[in-house]
Amino acid sequence: MKSNLACLGEGSGAVVGDIRALGELRGRLMDLGFTPGAGVRCLFAAPSGDPRAYMVRGSVIALRRADAALVGLGARGA
Amino acid sequence: MGLTLRSVGKNAALTGGGAVPADRTVALAGNPNVGKSTVFNALTGLRQHTGNWSGKTVVTARGYYDYKGRTVAVTDIPGAYSLRAGSAEEEAARDYIAFGGADLTVVVCDAGALERNLNLALQILELTPNVILAVNLMDEAKKRGITVDTEGLSRALGVPVIPMAARKKRGVEELRAAIDGFTPPPFAYTVRYGEDIERAAGGLELTLENVLEGRLGARYAALRLLEGDERTLRAMEEHLGFDLKSVPEVASALERAKAELEKAGVEDVADRLISGIYSAATSLCRECVSGGSGYGEGQLRLDRFLTRRATGIPVMLLLLALIFFITVKGANAPSDWLYALFERIGGLLSRALTALGAPAAVHDALILGVWRVLSYVVSVMLPPMAIFFPMFTLLEDLGYLPRVAFNLDSGFRRAGACGKQCLTMAMGFGCNAAGVVGCRIIDSKRERLIAVLTNSLVPCNGRFPILIALITMFLVTSSGVGGSVLAALALTAFILLGVGATLLISRILSRTILRGEASSPTLELPPFRKPKIGEVVVRSLLDRTLFVLGRAAAVAAPAGLLIWLAANIRVGGTTALAAVTGAMDPVGRFLGLDGVILTAFILGLPANETVIPIIIMAYAASGSFEGYESLSSLRALLTQNGWTWVTALCTGVFTVLHWPCTTTLLTVKKETGSVKWTALAALIPTAAGAILCAVISHIFG
Repeated sequence: MKSNLACLGEGSGAVVGDIRALGELRGRLMDLGFTPGAGVRCLFAAPSGDPRAYMVRGSVIALRRADAALVGLGARGA
Repeated sequence: MGLTLRSVGKNAALTGGGAVPADRTVALAGNPNVGKSTVFNALTGLRQHTGNWSGKTVVTARGYYDYKGRTVAVTDIPGAYSLRAGSAEEEAARDYIAFGGADLTVVVCDAGALERNLNLALQILELTPNVILAVNLMDEAKKRGITVDTEGLSRALGVPVIPMAARKKRGVEELRAAIDGFTPPPFAYTVRYGEDIERAAGGLELTLENVLEGRLGARYAALRLLEGDERTLRAMEEHLGFDLKSVPEVASALERAKAELEKAGVEDVADRLISGIYSAATSLCRECVSGGSGYGEGQLRLDRFLTRRATGIPVMLLLLALIFFITVKGANAPSDWLYALFERIGGLLSRALTALGAPAAVHDALILGVWRVLSYVVSVMLPPMAIFFPMFTLLEDLGYLPRVAFNLDSGFRRAGACGKQCLTMAMGFGCNAAGVVGCRIIDSKRERLIAVLTNSLVPCNGRFPILIALITMFLVTSSGVGGSVLAALALTAFILLGVGATLLISRILSRTILRGEASSPTLELPPFRKPKIGEVVVRSLLDRTLFVLGRAAAVAAPAGLLIWLAANIRVGGTTALAAVTGAMDPVGRFLGLDGVILTAFILGLPANETVIPIIIMAYAASGSFEGYESLSSLRALLTQNGWTWVTALCTGVFTVLHWPCTTTLLTVKKETGSVKWTALAALIPTAAGAILCAVISHIFG
């Protein structure tokens, strides 16, 4: 299993790899800036640990864990 | 939509009605939460409600201004991240930009998140070159160390780019001048998607140019056909009046283009298009934006504090209780003062009527009916609203509400609902009708329905004062600061009852008639913004308080007259009101209420604000009640009629959980287009309230 956004710990950053979401969510995630190669950082989590807030392209977007798991991570600088 | 001056202001008209002939029409587009509504206000001088949360603009509003003798019409369209529509709002935005026929589109951008904002701007440029970029929030970005070279951006894009700080009125004149002097640019930036896609799109584009004859951008249409975006294609068909794919030369050109793509090994065109736009945005930003991450350490610390396990929920509850404490404590004295004032004016009116020789029946109907109800509604409603609204608006302006939605998302997720329902629930605190309209921000149809059906489970501001009155009269009778703290906690408990009912009923709905998996909400958490306190106070007083109060008074005055007549005209030894309340009594008693209270809730259907005055009048008409001189004396009247704290508790619960007011029901009908859902929107809260009241009264009664 390749690493995905849901595995990203609070405070750490990575680069978006492939988007595994399908259908509408795929378009929405990409429109919000989660496109391959974009830098992303996990900022903080809700009291229950889910959802979490991610910084992507200058704005903070909250994603539920199940959805974050559909955003793959690539190698840094990829 | 209820609450804002925008829907009632003299210069405002919702699209579809009251259009003023204009020399130039401008569409105002932009991502959610970039200050689009602030730019709209600054341009048109029109006050409308602007809040700091994503997707606030739920209706298309229009405003006008004159510039150098020419009238410019500005349409504020819903915020959208993309023209690839997701939510109902985004679809409305796309349709207006693509097919609305405006002379030019002003795309408002957030200087602090330009890359993401350019995604939309570049998509719009694909549709029309008649674009002005308004880069707003320059001041905020600068504070975070971000500078935008707007001149460089303008050279790169080929369209005017105006730096703005609309909250400080900076850049507004420049934008007006740019709109006035706008001429179609000779060159506008076009995103290039790579040779394979360009070659396939090129041929199709040429064919489309002949077919479309300028009615729609050929390149835009070609790309949509290639990516097969069915929803946009349907909207295009509606606009053009024919299906592009049914035109033989388009169909064959599309076939050829697709074959070419296949040969080149391009699998997912849609992905390539989004990525292409973002790489263009990235390189534009690399040239024109410098410094800053857009999100500082201070923000992060605050966000962590407001969302951490140990502090997130407690801080939220404390803030809520604090707001209620200030409301309860602060409203007390002005309420008494207003009530006394109204009584004194009532006395003068009474004497004047008598001096004019008005018959006793007319005098009593006007003074004891109309005036008493009006004075109750104003004196009890106005102070809490005038205190609660500005404070709530401050939290909204600050950007706190999306954090609340973030904190509560897991609750809504377990209920099979959308975390954004929390925002529509918060709108419901102001006005349930507005909350129901606000549900448009929820993408999934199933979850939107859940949010619509459960919106009235949180008390709107018309019901807050009822709760405050009940609490201070029966549930928390100690006075002083301690009493106010307890009263605030009791009010918080009633709100939590509403929130709990929302979660529980959402859960039941998503396990029964609205079964389905939770969708995937994506919620933007905008940066915290320092609210402009003066403006907030004025705006919430003008936009909300007075408007809501006016509506309540407009209902209360005739209601007062009707109720007085029903309570005083005797037919066969009994009054109409007594007959009705008598018939209602067994049901009322079963619910821990009585016939009068239940009747008051039924008659309060047009506006809940009238519930308590109706109760008072019904009791007063049947007895000899004289103690009207102060609010606290009303307690004696209620006690005389058998009220205990259990009655007050049941009435409070029923206040939170019963049928919504007519405005809300009509809005539900409009939004869902279904009588069945409207009936359910009334039935669900009523059933919940009835069950809970019956249980309470049987345990304690």
